[in-house]
Amino acid sequence: MRTIRIGSGAGYSGDRIEPALELAEKGDIQYLVFECLGERTVALAQQARMKNPDSGYDPLLEERMRAVLPACAARGIKIVTNMGAANPEAAARKTAEIARSLGLPALKIAAVVGDDVLDACKQGDLPIMEFDGTIKQLGNRLLSANAYLGAEPMAQALSGGADVVITGRASDPALFLAPMIHAFGWAMDDWNLLGQGTVAGHLLECAGQITGGYFADPPYKDVEGLARLGFPIGEVGEDGALVITKVAGSGGAVTARTCKEQLLYEVHDPKRYIQPDVVADFSQVRVEEIAPDRVRVSGGRGSERTGTLKVSVGYLDSFIGEGQMSYAGPGALARGKLALEIVRERLKLTGVAASELRFDLIGLDSLHGPEISARANEPYEVRIRVAGRTENLREAVRIGNEVETLYTNGPAGGGGAFKSARDVVAVASVLLPRERAMPQVRFVGA
Amino acid sequence: MKLREIAHSRTGDKGNISNISVIAYDKKDYPLLLAQVTSERVKAHFAGVVEGEVIRYEVPTIAALNFVMDRALGGGVTRSLALDAHGKSLSSALLDLDIEPASGEK
Repeated sequence: MRTIRIGSGAGYSGDRIEPALELAEKGDIQYLVFECLGERTVALAQQARMKNPDSGYDPLLEERMRAVLPACAARGIKIVTNMGAANPEAAARKTAEIARSLGLPALKIAAVVGDDVLDACKQGDLPIMEFDGTIKQLGNRLLSANAYLGAEPMAQALSGGADVVITGRASDPALFLAPMIHAFGWAMDDWNLLGQGTVAGHLLECAGQITGGYFADPPYKDVEGLARLGFPIGEVGEDGALVITKVAGSGGAVTARTCKEQLLYEVHDPKRYIQPDVVADFSQVRVEEIAPDRVRVSGGRGSERTGTLKVSVGYLDSFIGEGQMSYAGPGALARGKLALEIVRERLKLTGVAASELRFDLIGLDSLHGPEISARANEPYEVRIRVAGRTENLREAVRIGNEVETLYTNGPAGGGGAFKSARDVVAVASVLLPRERAMPQVRFVGA
Repeated sequence: MKLREIAHSRTGDKGNISNISVIAYDKKDYPLLLAQVTSERVKAHFAGVVEGEVIRYEVPTIAALNFVMDRALGGGVTRSLALDAHGKSLSSALLDLDIEPASGEK
């Protein structure tokens, strides 16, 4: 049976660089995938592209490509990534330029375009899934609309000879499904194979989260070597057989437990994990340790894909102003609480226009709120945090200012003030009829 | 005892929805999870955090439950005022849940 080995080189845009190089050099892989595009990153990248038509792709693209291209080219490892963000063609041109500068002019770079469906979305008036409203109602606050594309265009690019495939918004598991479809010629309506392939992609897409990252909880769940965490490799057979493993000697661990946690990560109904290519069913998945750092995962299934694609819509939501200050020693909590009361009253007195406000005591209740935290003992130090939502930057700035002025106007011993004000680009989702998105593959010569 | 003694957990986020897995370390404890870690208890445990419905999905092949909690992330990860906008730390709060040991055990 034919088998391919796919490495996962990044689980988010800012992820560590060197584990991907370790995969390329020592992982005996044929494909290296970088998942670097968060929910709202496309919207932010779109804003960057509006200012400069050659930008709008992942800021770490150059660093990652320079790190791995020589090792990948030497071994014929194909790269698939969504680092194209809002501008896959510019990212492909940049990658070609890097390849030339590294003395690798023969590399074929492909961009997948067509996830940008802003125009198609503007033509209809699609309802927003997360709140009552439609795309039209976002008016000129609407920044971007990008469809989660499936694996097909990326697989086409690989079949066309691409050494590097750069896409914008695509479903994360599809980045991994594409090499499987390309290598094994899986039919795009073999729902069970696509479902099992989606299990593989889903397990690999967050890189270190299946090799021991986001897992350690001593002494219940100990993990060795997190500072040199190895990133995962998926060994996939043409019948969908899957083993998750990692480079021997790297940090972390691949165990049944790490695989189970990642299987349900960001999943809602395990029977219906809706993807562009398939509705995957994780409910019958089995996980089995067959050797150290080798876990067999079987039983993924699937049913027919839906008629729509999920579209991530970026829009200008609001502004957030924030301020923080610390108190320590005996009575720290009482002074922190007094400080919050003072700021609460000041924001009222001075008429700061905030639609939503939040008052936290970091070290006590900032993560889970006062009800869950009520049982906690008094800490040695607390840090107050006030955050508020406003309609403009001027109002947002006033929130942090009211915290900072606690220095000379608030309780004794307040230190370490911090303040910030920022605009908020948020994302929401709509469903677009599948045929309205028309992805294309474009090759760029190195 | 605490849920932490018999299960591990991971939080994920999509928009304003948080999901938390609860996975038995040992399959024999899965019935305890099924009986005691109900969506009602999870909803009550997250009073002040989760505003919407809590749905529980069961995955017996891996002895796991998956809780999907609506309106749990302060209006959504990308716009929340919260310090932990993703709700990544919620799994640790859930593991603090009290569990009655099965009869005959301590």
